[in-house]
Amino acid sequence: MTAIPMADGLILGAILFSLGLAGLLLRRNLLFILVSIEIMLNGAGVAFVAAGSRWGQPDGEVLFLFILAAAAAEVSVGLALLLRYFHRRQTLDAESMSETRG
Amino acid sequence: MLRLLWLVPALPFASSLVLALVRLPRRAVAWIATSSIAASTIISLLVAGSFLSTPPAAFAYTEALWRWFDAGSLHPEIALYLDPLSLIMMVVVAFVSFLIHLYSTEFMSGDDGYNRFFAYMNLFVASMLTLVLADNLLLLYLGWEGVGLCSYLLIGFWYRDSDNGRAGRKAFIVTRVGDTALMIGLFLLFHRLGTLNIQELMRRASEQWPIGSSAALAAALLLLGGAIGKSAQLPLQTWLPDAMAGPTPVSALIHAATMVTAGVYLIARTHVLYALAPQAQFAVAVIGAATLLMAGFSALTQHDLKRVLAYSTISQIGYMFLALGVGAWPAAIFHFMTHAFFKALLFLGAGIVIKSLNDEHDIFRMGGLRKHLPVAFWTFLIAGCSLAGLPLITAGAFSKDWILWGAYGAANGSTGLWVAALTGVLLTSLYTFRMIFLVFFGEQHSQVTYRPGNAMLIPCLVLAFLSIVGGYMKAPFASFLGTSLPWNSKVGAIPIGETASGGIAAAVFFLGVYLAYVLFLRKPNLTMAVASSRAGRVLHSLWSSDWAMDWLYDRLFVRPLVWLANSGKSDLIDGFYSGVAWLNKTAWRGASRTQSGRLRWYAAGIAAGSIVLIAVVLFL
Amino acid sequence: MTLVWLLIVLIAGGILSGLFARWHLGLSRWIALAAVTFDLILTLILAARDFGTAHPVGNQWLEEVNWSWIPQSGIHFHLGIDGLSLLLVLLTLFLGIVAVVISWTEITTAVGIYHFNLMLILAGILGVLLALDLFLFYFSWELMLVPMYFLISIWGRERRAYAAIKFFLFTQLSGLLMLIAILALYFAHHRATGVYTFEYQELLGAQLSPHAAMWIMLGFFAAFAVKLPMFPFHTWLPDVCAEASTATNLVLASLMAATAAYAMIRFLLPLFPDAIRTAGPAVTVLAVIGILYSAILAFSQTNLMRLIAYASIGHLGFVLLGIFSGNSLALRGAVVTVIAHGISIGALFLVAGALEGRTHTREIGAMGGLWDTVPRLSGVGLFFALAALGLPGMGDFIGEFLILIGTYQVHFVTAAVAACGVLAATFYALRFVQYVFQGSNSHLWHLPDLSPREGLLLGAMMVLLLWLGLYPQPVFQTLAQAANHVPTLWR
Repeated sequence: MTAIPMADGLILGAILFSLGLAGLLLRRNLLFILVSIEIMLNGAGVAFVAAGSRWGQPDGEVLFLFILAAAAAEVSVGLALLLRYFHRRQTLDAESMSETRG
Repeated sequence: MLRLLWLVPALPFASSLVLALVRLPRRAVAWIATSSIAASTIISLLVAGSFLSTPPAAFAYTEALWRWFDAGSLHPEIALYLDPLSLIMMVVVAFVSFLIHLYSTEFMSGDDGYNRFFAYMNLFVASMLTLVLADNLLLLYLGWEGVGLCSYLLIGFWYRDSDNGRAGRKAFIVTRVGDTALMIGLFLLFHRLGTLNIQELMRRASEQWPIGSSAALAAALLLLGGAIGKSAQLPLQTWLPDAMAGPTPVSALIHAATMVTAGVYLIARTHVLYALAPQAQFAVAVIGAATLLMAGFSALTQHDLKRVLAYSTISQIGYMFLALGVGAWPAAIFHFMTHAFFKALLFLGAGIVIKSLNDEHDIFRMGGLRKHLPVAFWTFLIAGCSLAGLPLITAGAFSKDWILWGAYGAANGSTGLWVAALTGVLLTSLYTFRMIFLVFFGEQHSQVTYRPGNAMLIPCLVLAFLSIVGGYMKAPFASFLGTSLPWNSKVGAIPIGETASGGIAAAVFFLGVYLAYVLFLRKPNLTMAVASSRAGRVLHSLWSSDWAMDWLYDRLFVRPLVWLANSGKSDLIDGFYSGVAWLNKTAWRGASRTQSGRLRWYAAGIAAGSIVLIAVVLFL
Repeated sequence: MTLVWLLIVLIAGGILSGLFARWHLGLSRWIALAAVTFDLILTLILAARDFGTAHPVGNQWLEEVNWSWIPQSGIHFHLGIDGLSLLLVLLTLFLGIVAVVISWTEITTAVGIYHFNLMLILAGILGVLLALDLFLFYFSWELMLVPMYFLISIWGRERRAYAAIKFFLFTQLSGLLMLIAILALYFAHHRATGVYTFEYQELLGAQLSPHAAMWIMLGFFAAFAVKLPMFPFHTWLPDVCAEASTATNLVLASLMAATAAYAMIRFLLPLFPDAIRTAGPAVTVLAVIGILYSAILAFSQTNLMRLIAYASIGHLGFVLLGIFSGNSLALRGAVVTVIAHGISIGALFLVAGALEGRTHTREIGAMGGLWDTVPRLSGVGLFFALAALGLPGMGDFIGEFLILIGTYQVHFVTAAVAACGVLAATFYALRFVQYVFQGSNSHLWHLPDLSPREGLLLGAMMVLLLWLGLYPQPVFQTLAQAANHVPTLWR
C-alpha cells in the first residue's frame, strides 16, 4: 500500500477548511453556518490524520477522535440554541442577531 | 507684686471668653467687661508701683508661665517681660482701654450686638497686652495677629452693611501683608541667631553683627515691613481711613490709641537692630516724615469727622516713626503716651457729637455745637490743642517739641527732617482747628437729639486732664525710660537749641490756628474759591483720595488677583485630566464600532487575523 | 495585642452595625459609635501608659504584634505603634467618632451598609498607620479604597457617580504604581540578600542603585501624592468633596490625607533617603506652587465644599513642604499641621454640612447674613475660618510656622514665597466669612441654631485646636517617641 503523500492530505484539509470558512462568511442562515463550521473542523481533522500517517504515529487519529467528540458536542449545543432562537424570532438569519454589539 | 503680672492679660482674656460663651443680660455684660479691664488696670498699676519702688535686677523682670513647645532647636516659652518700655505701654494700654470700655457701656447701649462687642473688645485688650508684654517674638506675633483680628472683627462689627465688612477685610489683609514681612523677619532672625527671645536676640545681634551688616539690614527692614502695616505708614496706610467704619469707641481704642502704635513699639523694642542697620533706621525716619506730611494734607480735605481724625492719627504716628528713625527713642514713646490720651479723647468727643446728631458724620453739616454740648466742646478743644501743640500747657506740645528737637538734635537728625516736622505742625494745627471751627463754631446745621450721660463724659474729663498734665511728666518719664531706651544724641554742634526749636514750633502753631480761623470761619468763600480753582480741584481730589493710592492698589493688585482667581476658577489642571478622559472616551467610541454584533464580521476578522499572523510567522 | 483588638473591634462593630440595621437603625448607629469610642479609649490608655517615657532599649515600639501570615513569601502580620502613629491613630479615632455622630441625621438610607463601610475605612486607616509589613500596608491601603468608593457613590449628591469614578481611578491607578514599587523593592532586596521579605525593618537596609531607588521611590510617591493630594494631582478632591456627604468629606480630606503624610514620613523618607534628597527640591517647589494655586482657586469657588477642599489642599501643600524640606523643625511642623488640619478642615466641613442641613444648598451665593439667624453657628464658622488662615493661638499656626521656619533654614526663597501662601489663605477665609455669615440676610433665612450635638462636637474641636495652639508640648513629647524609627529625619 503506497502512502498518500502528506502534501495531498494537507491540501485536501486546506481546501475543506477554506470551503468551510467561505461558507461561514457568505451564508446568512445559521444552520448553514453551523454546517460550515463542521466542514472547517473536518478540514483540520484531515490535516491531523495526514500528519499522523506521515510520521506513523497514532496521535493524529487520536486527535481526530477528539475533534469528532468536540464537533458532536458543539453541534448538539449549537442546534439546541438554534431551535430556541428560531422559536423566538421565526428566522435563522445571522444578520438579525446583532444585539451583542458593543 | 510683680508675680501678678500674668493677670494683666489673663483677666481680659477670661472675661472675653465668658462673654463669648455665656448669654448674659446687658448690665452683667457691661459690668464684667469693664470690671475685668479695671482689675487689669489696677494690677498693672500695682505692678508698676512695685517695679518703681523696688526695681528688679537690671530693670527687667521676666515671668515665665509655661513652655509653649519644644521642637528641638526652637523652644519658645509663654513668658512675659517687664521693663520700663513695656511697663509704660502696659499701663497706658490698660488705662485707656478701661476708660474706653466705660464709655462704650453707654455708647453701645442701644446696639443688639452688645455682648459680641465687649467680647471682641476684651479680646483686643488681652491681645494688645500680650503683644507689649511678650518676652519672645513668637508670642509678640501672637498678640500682633490677635489685635489685627480684633481690629477686623470690630471694623466689621455692624456686619449687615457689606461695606463695613469690606473695610474690615481690607484692614486685615493690608496689615497682614506687613505681618508676612514680619514673619519672614522672624525666620531670618531665628536662622541667623538661633533664638526668638527678644533680649537674647538683641544681645546676640550686637555681638555677632557689625554695624551696617546686611543681615541686620534685612532683618530690620522686614520688621519695619510689619511695623508700617500695623501702624498705617506709607505705603500700607490705606486701610486706616476705611477702618473708621467701625463703632467710634473702636476707632478710639484700636485705631488711635493702642493697636496702631504697635509698630512703634516693635521698632523701639528691637532698637538694637536698627542701631546696627543705619540705613534701615534712616528709612524709618523718611517713612515717618513722608507719612506725616501726606496724611496731614489728606486730613485737610476730609468731610467725615472720623476720617479727619484717622488721617491725623496716621500723621501723628508718622511723628513717632520720625522720632524712632532719628534715634530720639524716648520721644517716640512719650508721644505715643500723650497721643493715646488726646487722640482717644478726640475720638470719644467725636463719638458724642456723632451720636448726638443722630449719626451725622459730615463736619459741614455740624456747626455751632459748643453751646449744646459744652463738656464735649471743652474736652474736644483741649484734646485738639494738645494734638496741634498749644505750647507750655498741653501734653502734645511737650512730646511734639521733643520730637521736633530730636529731628534736629538726635543722632540721625537733619535740617530736612526738622523742616518736614515743622511743616507737619502747621498742617496739624490747620486741620485740627478747621475741624473745631466747623463743628463747634458758626451756624448750627443739625439738631441735637441725644445728651451724653456720665459714662461717656467721665472718660472724656479724665482724658482731658491727662492731655494737659501728661506733658509735665516728661522729665521723670525720660529718666525712667532711659534705662531701657537711651536717647541717641548727635555728635557735634547743633545750630539751634531745644528752646529755639520749641519757640519756632509755637509760632507755627499760632499761625496755623490763625489761618484756620481765616479760612474756615471768617472767609469760607475765599477757601471755596481757592478749592474750586483748577489747581485747587486737582489737589483737592488728590488729597481727599489719599493721594490716589487706593485707586493705584486696586488696579495694581486687587483687580489682577480677582481676575486671576475668577478666570482660573474651574481649575486648569483638571483640564488635563479631563483631556485624558476625553481621549479615552474617543478611543472607546472608535473601538466599539468594531463590535458590530454581526457574527460573520467577527468570523471574517478572526480569519483575517489568522492569515496575517501566519504571514508574519512565515515571511518575517 | 491591643493593636489587633483595635482592628477587630472596628471590623466587628461594622459587621454588627450592618446586621442590626435591619431591625433598628438607632442600634446600628450606637454600635458604630461604641466601637470607635472603645477604640479611642483603648488607644488613650496606651498613650497614657507610655507618655513621656523614653524608649526602652531593644524594644523600639510602644506596642508590637508580629505573626507569620504567608511564610513562603515572607509576609507577616506585623503591627507596631510609636509616637508618630499613636498621634495619628488618636486623630483618626477622634474624627471617626465625629464622622459617626454627624451622620446620625444626615444619613437615612442604607444606614447599616453605610456604617459597615465607614468602619471598614477606619480599620483600613488604622491598618495603614500600624502596618510594619509592606504587604499588610498595601492591603490596608487598598482596604480604604473600595468602601470609600461606595460612600461617595451611594450617599453622594447629584453627580456622585462621576465623583466616585474619578476618585477610584486616581487612587487605584496610583495604588497600582505603588504595588509595582513594593514588588520591585521586594525582588531587589531578594537579589541583594537572598531573602524574600516584606518586613519594613529589613527593607530599610535594602541596597539599591541610585537609579532603581529613584524609580521605586517615585512609585511609592505617586500613591502618596495622589492621596494627599498634592498639586498637580489634586483635582479629584474638590470634585469629590462637592458631591460627597459631610462625613465622607471629613474622612477624605482629614484622614486619608493624614495617612498619605504618615506614609511619606514612615516609608518614603527612611527607605529612600538619597532619592529624597535628589527629588526634594522639585517636590518643595511643587508644594509651594500648590499652596498659592489652591489659595487662589479657593478664593473663587462658589460651592462651599469645593472651597474647603481647596483650602485643605493648600494646608496639605504645607505638609508636603515640611516633609520634603529636609529639616527637623519643618518635619515636626508637618506632623502638627496634619493633626491641626484634620481638625480645622474637618470642622469646616462640619460647619458647611450644618449649613447644608439647614439651607439645603452648598452654594455660597444662596447664603449671606446668616449671623442674624444662627449666631452661634456663625461664630463657630468664623473661629475655624480663622484657624484655616493660620491665626496664632491655634494649631494650624504652630504647624505652619514650624514648617516655614524650618524651610527657611534650608532655602529661604521657598519659605518666603510659601509665607505669602499664609497671606493668600486670608483672602478665601475672609471671603467665606463675609459671604456666608455677614452682609444682610437678603434671602431671609430663618434657621435653627446649633443643636447640642453639633455644639458638643464643634466645641470639642475648638478646644483641641486651641490646645494645639497654646500648649502643643504633649504632642511634641509623644512625637519624640518616634525619633528612633525615623532616623534620617530628626537631625
